[in-house]
Amino acid sequence: MKSLLIARPTLQRFLAHRLALTGGVLLCVLAVLIFSAPLLEAALGLDTDTVSLLQRLQEPSMQHWLGTDELGRDVLLRILYGGQVSLVVGLVGAAAAALVGTAVGLVAGYFGGRCDMILMRFTDGVIALPLLPLLIVLAAVDLNKLGLPAALTQAETVSLYRIIVIVALFGWTQVARLVRGATLSVREREYVLAAKSVGAGPLRIMAVHILPNVISPIIIATTLSVGHIILLESVLSFLGLGIQPPLPSWGNMLSNAQELLWSAPHLAFYPGALIFVTVIACNFLGDGLQDALDPRSQLANKSR
Amino acid sequence: MISLTLNRLAQAAIVLLLMSFAVYGLMGLMPGDPIDLMISADPNLSAADAQRLKALYGLDQPIVERWLRWLGNTLSGDFGHSRLYAAPVLQVLGPALANTLLLLGSSVLVSLIIALPAGIFAALKPYSMRDYLINGLAFAGISIPAFWLALMLIGLFAVQWNLLPAGGTGDLQASGFWQRLQYLILPVMTLTIASIGGHIRFMRGAMLEVLRQDYIRTARAKGANTRRIVLYHALRNALIPVVTVLALEFGTLFSGALVTETVFAWPGMGKLIYDAILGNDFNLALMALLLATGVTLLGNLLADLAYAWLDPRIQYQ
Repeated sequence: MKSLLIARPTLQRFLAHRLALTGGVLLCVLAVLIFSAPLLEAALGLDTDTVSLLQRLQEPSMQHWLGTDELGRDVLLRILYGGQVSLVVGLVGAAAAALVGTAVGLVAGYFGGRCDMILMRFTDGVIALPLLPLLIVLAAVDLNKLGLPAALTQAETVSLYRIIVIVALFGWTQVARLVRGATLSVREREYVLAAKSVGAGPLRIMAVHILPNVISPIIIATTLSVGHIILLESVLSFLGLGIQPPLPSWGNMLSNAQELLWSAPHLAFYPGALIFVTVIACNFLGDGLQDALDPRSQLANKSR
Repeated sequence: MISLTLNRLAQAAIVLLLMSFAVYGLMGLMPGDPIDLMISADPNLSAADAQRLKALYGLDQPIVERWLRWLGNTLSGDFGHSRLYAAPVLQVLGPALANTLLLLGSSVLVSLIIALPAGIFAALKPYSMRDYLINGLAFAGISIPAFWLALMLIGLFAVQWNLLPAGGTGDLQASGFWQRLQYLILPVMTLTIASIGGHIRFMRGAMLEVLRQDYIRTARAKGANTRRIVLYHALRNALIPVVTVLALEFGTLFSGALVTETVFAWPGMGKLIYDAILGNDFNLALMALLLATGVTLLGNLLADLAYAWLDPRIQYQ
């Protein structure tokens, strides 16, 4: 009953935020389209990975709705499959980063003192680093030299796991700061004191009493970081260091298209436009969630 | 103020030191170490020769010792030799840094010239049509992938209309101002569009915050018109957070420069770092990364100092 009472105005505020609603709907439509790619593939009677040099760079037709690329592969299907990769990296990467950030923020905020100082100085240090050059160094590391099993390093999807780990390594800072701030204000409340006095340990207090009360900033920051991570993934793949072909991603499709900019400029348009739409939808959604979940910050937020 | 500066400088030094160790270690994990490269260049080298070479260059020692030696060399002014450019690292870094600063400086300038008035304009009538429009454009700017924007601009201005060059810097010696400038237009446009959204949103937010203050109401009550209120009473205070954000932006700007420079073949720090890492030029990559980090940390320090200087109420412990 109580949760209903809270959920109602939250939902109303969210629905009133027209841009956020647009963002949410856009993301849903995109997700449905992207994950129905196998159906479309079957319906059109095409295979995404078949290379056919006789059908290079064709104009859009009934069979190839957006034409074909430089290897005769269907552009639309590759974009949809590339979207699966981009979305998965964005969602899983953001979730992993949120986990790290939440742990750091909770520990720093709850224990305070020197622990807080060291963790936050570390966070500030990571924020200050030039992100992209560092990501490139990490992406260029030879996994075999790390001593990982060859079965993993030679798998076709290894670039997918690796990029998720890389973005999680650097994407947690925002969440950590927000969670720390929220934890600082929550830990002084009476119910935390009550829990302490009946003998609850720090782990239990953090997980049961503090975490549920700092969940709003986590959700907001995670939503906003999905867009950011999708951008990072596409940049790295574009530079040839992220998702490796033949696995398609919006970034590495653009990398191919760059070389063909003079002969087939349309190839460069679609993947980038989809990155743009996805990222802006995530940003709208995050902005709206901020208004909806955190009514107290509404004034402050509206003024940003 | 002085102790704050010293404190921050010490912190920056620690970050740089840790970073140099981490990157040094990571470089060793990248494909193609120097000995491998020598072997691939000369098929007559045997495995025993490789071992001897490793011992000769000290590559068989533990990583910490190698790093300490590198640190000693660097601190005594020996920055090493660039493999790709066949020149001392310092000679390669200098012009690249200048090119990048030219690119970043122009784009930040253009972005501010547009963003500050736009942000103020939006803040004067919040939740009006024009506010939504400006805000929407700002969101679009934040969300657009810079490298795609660069490709689209090349597609339009270089391929379609044949107005501007698609990349490079042109002949540096024999050309006049316009010849130089035309190579700058598209990269600057890309970076400007990519950074203008954040600037607009910060300016708008800061202005809204200030316009709500009591002294603005007092000024209004005394009959000051909007123009005077904005330019004389509000702007100076609203600029404080904007200045801070600008200085904190250095890290992001470098990332943007890396992509933009790579697409436009602009010979700056970003492209240098990218080429050096991909080309196994370890000395150059390491120093370039540390230089980029150093400039970023310096920007953050300036932000703190500017903040304390512009707003005397701020007290650092």
